[in-house]
Amino acid sequence: MSTPPKILETIQPLWLRLCHWINAGAVVLMVMSGWRIYNASPLFDFHFPKGATLGGWLGGALQWHFAAMWIFGLNGLVYLLFNIITGRFRRRFSRLSFAEFWRDSLAALSGRLKHSDPKHYNMVQKFVYISVVFAVFTLALSGLVLWKSVQFAYLRQMLGGYETARYIHFYSMVFLALFIIVHLIMVVFVPKTLLTIIRGR
Amino acid sequence: MDKDKKHVRLSKSDSHDLVMDAQRMVQSKLSNEGRRHFLRQGLTLGGIMMLTGCSLDDNAEAEKVLSQISRFNDRVQGWLFNGNRLAPEYSAAEITRPFPFNAFYSEDAIPAINGDDYRLEIRGLIRDVRAWRLSELQSMAQIAYTTRHICVEGWSAIGRWGGVRFSDFLHLVGADTRAKYVSFRCADDYYTSIDMASALHPQTLLALTWDDRTLPPEYGFPLKLRIPTKLGYKNPKHITSIEVTNYYPGGYWEDQGYNWFGGS
Repeated sequence: MSTPPKILETIQPLWLRLCHWINAGAVVLMVMSGWRIYNASPLFDFHFPKGATLGGWLGGALQWHFAAMWIFGLNGLVYLLFNIITGRFRRRFSRLSFAEFWRDSLAALSGRLKHSDPKHYNMVQKFVYISVVFAVFTLALSGLVLWKSVQFAYLRQMLGGYETARYIHFYSMVFLALFIIVHLIMVVFVPKTLLTIIRGR
Repeated sequence: MDKDKKHVRLSKSDSHDLVMDAQRMVQSKLSNEGRRHFLRQGLTLGGIMMLTGCSLDDNAEAEKVLSQISRFNDRVQGWLFNGNRLAPEYSAAEITRPFPFNAFYSEDAIPAINGDDYRLEIRGLIRDVRAWRLSELQSMAQIAYTTRHICVEGWSAIGRWGGVRFSDFLHLVGADTRAKYVSFRCADDYYTSIDMASALHPQTLLALTWDDRTLPPEYGFPLKLRIPTKLGYKNPKHITSIEVTNYYPGGYWEDQGYNWFGGS
């Protein structure tokens, strides 16, 4: 492939950076309004603090949630399409190996994992990023079941029914929230990754 | 009916109205507070997200945009709605017991309705405008479905409702089924409305029974709309009048911000 050298220097292309920041905004809106919706009928013995929620009351939170879902969903589709068309998924996430994942995980826990080359993901990054894409996909599918459990009948059956879909939606959110915490901590540890997701280089 | 009895009943309904008025005042105050909070938060977040300055106008703007998107979501749901797709049915063993009572008031405010005096008013774009007795509805063909009631809050409960298939009733009274809306007014001052396609769905019932016995007061005696393709707030209880119309009728919760289509 004869790619001009200028493009090679860009580590995160513009479309990806745009997708990332649009998604970041949409996820904040979705999670905060989602917490307010959760509070209306909690699955477990706890509420989210009102200050961390969006919408003020259930009706307001639902309006935010079902508005932000369009940004979140369409942006997610663009992200998937571009990743597949440009071959970025293949380049970035090829050669997955569980053995390497365990080795890199142990190295990460002892603080010796190389995280300094933003052109390549280490095996922990590869697995975590794939998992979070999967979690977001699961959030979207379970969300569709909660929104339209009669119309999306096959999806509802696939996810084990309406009530099960509520738990799937919740646990996927938990996974996403944990990811965001680790993601932000890693930015503090390796600040130049923040530059690559803003400037591209 | 003697004068004395009438007097007692009047004062009863007066006190009922009084309680309703008080409840509405509290409700509107509460929802105003919620709205203010909603606006304030909307502003801050909107401000961060769009990197714009903060002003009250932006707040009202955010709320306007959100309700426009909600109207857009009504259209999307109308488009997604398939009149032949049935809500799942459940076995008798899966019925939620006790089935939860749920309304915008507490159980002691459930309206007391005398089934013998009860009349169902039918209005609007129909051929046969008249009031219906409960016994007339009971003498029509009856069907029952055990379906999941899904509340907008997220919880759900399985119940068995039986009664007259709403499309049978609409056809019988000569309703114009090309009309856009069917609107409901209730003895508990609740009101809501649905789209015609959902009204004609085969599982949409004018429910007269719950769990194969007369609909108890807490579940909407004498008449409740049971529509398993929509959320709980689209299932009005204690219905006193039905109107077929092309003018958007709104609803008790819908006017405060719940999505109008409210389909599942």
